[in-house]
Amino acid sequence: MLRITGGKVYDPANNINGVVKDICIADGKIVADVEGGRTIDATGMIVFPGGVDIHTHVAGAALNFARAMTPENQRQARKFVHSANHRMGIGGPTPTTFATGYLYAGMGYTTVVEAAVPVLSAKHTHEELRDTPIVDKACCLLMANNEIVLDLLEAGDIERAKQVVAWLIWAAKVYGVKAVNPGGVTAWKWGKDAKTLHDPVYGYNKVTPAKIISSLARIIDELGMPHPLHLHCNNLGTPGNAATTLETMKVLEGSRAHMAHLQFHAYGGDDWHSMRSEAAAIAESFNARPNLTADAGAVLFGNAVTITADGPWQHLLYQLTGRKWGNLDVENETGCGIVPYTYKGSNLVNAVQWAVGLELLLLINDPWRIFLTTDHPNGACFWRYPEIIHLLMNADVRKERLKKLPAKALSRIKLADLDREYSIYEIAIITSAGPAKALGLTQKGHLGVGADADVAIYNQNPDGELMFRYPRYVIKGGEVVVEEGDIRNPHDGREFLVKPPFDPAIEDFLRPLFQQYYTMSFDNYPVELERIEHAELRTIP
Amino acid sequence: MGLARLAGPTDDVIMITLTLKEQPSVPLEAEVISPDVLANLDHAAVRALPVYLGKRRLRLDEFFEVDGPGSEQIVIRGDAGKVKMIGRGMTRGSVRIKGNAGMHLGAEMKGGSIEVTGNASDWVGAEMTGGFIRIQGNAGGQVGAAYRGSLAGMNGGAILIGGTAGLEVGMRMKRGTIVVGKTVRDFAGLQMKGGTIFLLGGAEIRTGAWMFRGTIVSLLPVALLPTFSFACEYNPSFLRLYVKQLAALGVSLPNANGRWKRYTGDNSVPGKGEILIGEPEASAASATGVVSNSSGR
Repeated sequence: MLRITGGKVYDPANNINGVVKDICIADGKIVADVEGGRTIDATGMIVFPGGVDIHTHVAGAALNFARAMTPENQRQARKFVHSANHRMGIGGPTPTTFATGYLYAGMGYTTVVEAAVPVLSAKHTHEELRDTPIVDKACCLLMANNEIVLDLLEAGDIERAKQVVAWLIWAAKVYGVKAVNPGGVTAWKWGKDAKTLHDPVYGYNKVTPAKIISSLARIIDELGMPHPLHLHCNNLGTPGNAATTLETMKVLEGSRAHMAHLQFHAYGGDDWHSMRSEAAAIAESFNARPNLTADAGAVLFGNAVTITADGPWQHLLYQLTGRKWGNLDVENETGCGIVPYTYKGSNLVNAVQWAVGLELLLLINDPWRIFLTTDHPNGACFWRYPEIIHLLMNADVRKERLKKLPAKALSRIKLADLDREYSIYEIAIITSAGPAKALGLTQKGHLGVGADADVAIYNQNPDGELMFRYPRYVIKGGEVVVEEGDIRNPHDGREFLVKPPFDPAIEDFLRPLFQQYYTMSFDNYPVELERIEHAELRTIP
Repeated sequence: MGLARLAGPTDDVIMITLTLKEQPSVPLEAEVISPDVLANLDHAAVRALPVYLGKRRLRLDEFFEVDGPGSEQIVIRGDAGKVKMIGRGMTRGSVRIKGNAGMHLGAEMKGGSIEVTGNASDWVGAEMTGGFIRIQGNAGGQVGAAYRGSLAGMNGGAILIGGTAGLEVGMRMKRGTIVVGKTVRDFAGLQMKGGTIFLLGGAEIRTGAWMFRGTIVSLLPVALLPTFSFACEYNPSFLRLYVKQLAALGVSLPNANGRWKRYTGDNSVPGKGEILIGEPEASAASATGVVSNSSGR
């Protein structure tokens, strides 16, 4: 039992904005009152619901490939030395599993969503997530380039496609569905890409990226999934891609969707020399579409590692940088590319990317629909979120940073004109309450009675970066896990799973396809429920 | 670049002498043997410094006799060929090794000087950014190189090797100078991005492979890759400036006033590096031994 007293509570889901009140915890949940137990005096501090990261890459085959590919980062990364309280590990752009849990918790985050899991490597991903301590986890399953699904869309058999999607969700033991460069990754297997939404995907006659997007979004809604289609649009990262993104929003009319790392999809211009921000146009269209949510995918200057299922984009990035390139082909399901990257303030393109992320966060006026992410480790490492919070909360700091950008960049961006400053209340929305709501995790992102007792307590400080980088206390599931700047009592987090409804007879359709096309036998393919330790299953009737 | 300013220690300062009792059975990791660490410690604290033998953390005095208080002038006696990371990351002072040195000697060093009377192992001065290293004997591979995965190797300072050197000397180096007295093995200047490598005793094969920029100066003809093209025969004026700097370090470069063949490449990257090859009379001079072992003391 625990009582937090004297702190200013920011609980946007319950309309509590900086009110001094007690938060009481018993049996891992927020309760109305407790008697006895420990009391934390939070006078002079602010009390937040634990952070929720809606889009990050922290486990699985692709991330492990990236870890192996970047020994130069590991060598310079922060070391976690084995102690009574924690296992050893290393931080840096691609932290090891244990370090990932410590770094998230050490920042006040208690729930993370691994955003890209192929069924074929789901077992590996779940095993890494099991070794990612403290935080609760959920996964999104890669679907928009699954050839069995695409073949069904080609045949117009939407009902069977829905059964297959539902079966795959349960086979992989995931929480949501992700679409990455719909059709483009499939086309990449022939060295092509899918750059336009309404032309057939290479190798198909009828299936277009637009059809994949609208069909999947509708299927996810019809299945009653708590989180809508999690979409990485076509043409990521390329100048002029804002047109594709705006068109994608039209395609999504009538369905819910979450648009991932929107920063990478909001560029104008015709080539790298004329690239500019189209954040204003994207934000305007987005503001008018309440069916959509998005996360920022903001960029910070410094070392990053780009990891995405978007294979063709990664090949282009490799050609642009001349650095290392990793490419994975995941049979009939998806692909993956990895390129280490350094964002430089002196580089025009990088300067525009930096500004676009902030512009979207400032121009999208409903904080309940835009969330703080960096598409870790693509735009920046997740443990740098407090730097972005500081920029969002202080227009003067942004203007100082703008002075360091190349003069040419200033004519390509709107950031200098934006005076909006985030309040602490709004920061609580974009880091916790908003993403929890978009994920449909009703027990997360708030401090009302019955919520999971995930609480972050920070020293109030005018410097947003200092305030949010070093929480004074972090409580996860009712246990104090961060105190006096160090990890305490690390325990295993849970994994959220969803079982959508499907007819088991769909296996009769899938089994022969597996014998024909997969290297793995059908019976070995699904992840057994027993493999997931601390699973929290939601079955949709 | 100011090589002349990188003077060695003077003899009237208090030194600390570490004498190796016996060679360890497996390599000993001893990055604590650095002027930055020893400068402000008393005798007892130096003896208690941690070193790693495999995974076991042990005291420095289990392996070394320690003579004198902590100092930024360090002398090491004995065959330290299995003692790794001496002078790693050092910024000042001097380390003089009367014997051999193990791997990663002076890796990532930023300043100060290291002298070895015997041989040194691989990764001498890897990713160093400043300072001066002299090996009187032979060196292993990856002298001044980038560690695996890194974008850039040595980024300043100077490394002089009296004897031979191993594979990938100056791999991905960006700035600074490496001088090798006798033959280097394959891939000298691999993926080189800048800086200068002097090969006084020639090279084995694939010299300058994938070099983007930088200069490799060889007194002997080297087997060039087909992706290097002959540019001209001339007398580069910068070599005469180098002669003055190298002379201060006890290295004489014959034929600096003579004629040199310039080859550019590596065209497969494509790169803008250059390999300068001295005329035959220059190579005759080099055979007489051009790296002096005495530094004036």
